[in-house]
Amino acid sequence: MNIVIETIEGLRIALGAIWANKLRSGLATLGIVIGIVTVTLMGTAIEGLNRSFLEAVSTIGADVLYVQRFSWFIDSWEEWIKSEKRQRITLAQVKAVEKHMRMAQAIAPFAETRRPVKYKNRRSDSVTVIGTTDQFQFTKGVSITDGRFMTAPEAEGGRPICVLGATAATNLFLIEPPVGNRIRLGQQLFEVVGVMEKQGDFFGDFSVDNAVIIPLQQFVSSFWHYPDFQIQVKVLELARLEDAKEELRGIMRRIRRLAPGAEDDFSIDQQEMFLNMFKRVSRTIASVGLFITGLSLFVGGIGIMNIMFVSVTERTREIGIRKAIGAKRRAILTQFLIEAASICVLGGILALSIAYPVTLLLKKYLGGAMSPTVVGIALAVAALTGIVSGFFPAWRAARLNPVDALRNE
Amino acid sequence: MSLIRIENISRRYQMGAEIIYALRDVSLTIERGEYVAIMGPSGSGKSTLMNLLGCLDTPTSGRYELNGVNVSEMDDNQLAEIRNREIGFVFQTFNLLPRSNALHNVELPLIYAGVSTDERRRGALEALSQVGLSDRVHHKPNELSGGQRQRVAIARALVTNPSIILADEPTGNLDSKTGAEIMTLFEDLSDKGNTIIVVTHEEQVARHAERIVRILDGLIASDEKVGKGAVLTAP
Repeated sequence: MNIVIETIEGLRIALGAIWANKLRSGLATLGIVIGIVTVTLMGTAIEGLNRSFLEAVSTIGADVLYVQRFSWFIDSWEEWIKSEKRQRITLAQVKAVEKHMRMAQAIAPFAETRRPVKYKNRRSDSVTVIGTTDQFQFTKGVSITDGRFMTAPEAEGGRPICVLGATAATNLFLIEPPVGNRIRLGQQLFEVVGVMEKQGDFFGDFSVDNAVIIPLQQFVSSFWHYPDFQIQVKVLELARLEDAKEELRGIMRRIRRLAPGAEDDFSIDQQEMFLNMFKRVSRTIASVGLFITGLSLFVGGIGIMNIMFVSVTERTREIGIRKAIGAKRRAILTQFLIEAASICVLGGILALSIAYPVTLLLKKYLGGAMSPTVVGIALAVAALTGIVSGFFPAWRAARLNPVDALRNE
Repeated sequence: MSLIRIENISRRYQMGAEIIYALRDVSLTIERGEYVAIMGPSGSGKSTLMNLLGCLDTPTSGRYELNGVNVSEMDDNQLAEIRNREIGFVFQTFNLLPRSNALHNVELPLIYAGVSTDERRRGALEALSQVGLSDRVHHKPNELSGGQRQRVAIARALVTNPSIILADEPTGNLDSKTGAEIMTLFEDLSDKGNTIIVVTHEEQVARHAERIVRILDGLIASDEKVGKGAVLTAP
């Protein structure tokens, strides 16, 4: 009961004191405002980064294995040179994998190059041209918004058809419907049979938004006779991904005639590796962010401590009066802690109202919004900073001797 | 049982290398309902005695029993509780909180006693009406005259129904007419049975009391009962 009444009184005094010293309190809390703006923006940015990363990474597919010469994660020049010297993955090897692999739902060869694409007088220069089979729609998880994907006979046959990525389609076709029209790729015309749904483009390499997909045979005969294939393998069961990976590795070693004990001359990558890498990176970002934030809050806290010392000194007589009429140490301590925390929480609210429009801007690029969690954390951190930095001044006030305090002019 | 029983109390201060005795072996007993004036020139030790009586300070040696409780060895928080319950202070400089209105100033001791809002308000309004300030409840100290401020302070001292009202030069900052009014108020309170101790160096003020204790050089120089009529015989 006592503590509740004392707390209400403390709050009343605190707000009164802050209101009476508006400018001073405002300046004192500036450090906290900056600190909390940093906390909020950092939190929002990291959250947005995580979300758009996970979205992008989902286009890789959790249950898809990617076999290729170059690993996704090459750390050194030497490793790159070594990878460069490996023999290419040929179409024959793709066929062999298709034949032997049992734990796969879908297997698609994948080769890409960059070519300018034209439709009438519109031209798009950096479009990825992908040569693959009908299986690609399963390994990539492609959805079609208009028309259809290529069929198996089309993949094997020589008919010049293509499927457009969402970005490529909007770049080339302004008004006319893409499906049914013919675009020019190099020397040849390709009929558009379908348009794919937008996938998101955090990593340009993994989305097919700005791509033209053509049948493998067409790709080989028109653009690249001996391409360096990537094999995409969608496994039967996600739970047995590692088993499937081992099977695939065994098949690859056999068909590439590797001696037992020799190192793999190919790389099998999967989404999980990206997630692991991302977790590492995002941990680093978060800890750097935390450090910067902590620093600015620390500076802000010093400002609050300073102003609280001034406040205690100024109100020594008031403290004396309160103690004379029966305020215990705890009551005085609470009063000044509440004052410090209130200044900081008001700073926190100010900071959130500054940070909010900025997060709206961030949202455009990173897709993260200011969540209630971030707001809660920001205010809690503000209050905590106030309490920690107000403690020493408040303790000093609580311990004042009433006789001396009353004598203070 | 006496309300106040002081036995062989001493209070020393260390001033650099020197030790100063503000009080030496003072003994004093005050009964419930008494109206006592403590007099002495400045430096006599009367302020020290007042601080000890008011439980703002503890003696270096000796024993102080207030209401049968030994308070001479209590710690800071225990003394705060005793002050809250047993003692109502009236200061020379009023010592009101400048940003709070009369009502809140009077409520303050009840806040630290943990009294609920409604009861606090009722008690404070009653105390203010006792000192004749029912129409100034929402005024802040700077909107009140000196005499009115001292009345608010007296209301604040009364509100917890303390055992002692301890006034330190209560008329020191007031003109003589207002001072006389305040002293009349103290007399009324005394007549209602309150125990009042006034610390002063003014004979005029002391004459209102029933008993005058004179302090000189840290010792009690005299302790005499005076008739209430003493004030009337003044020229």
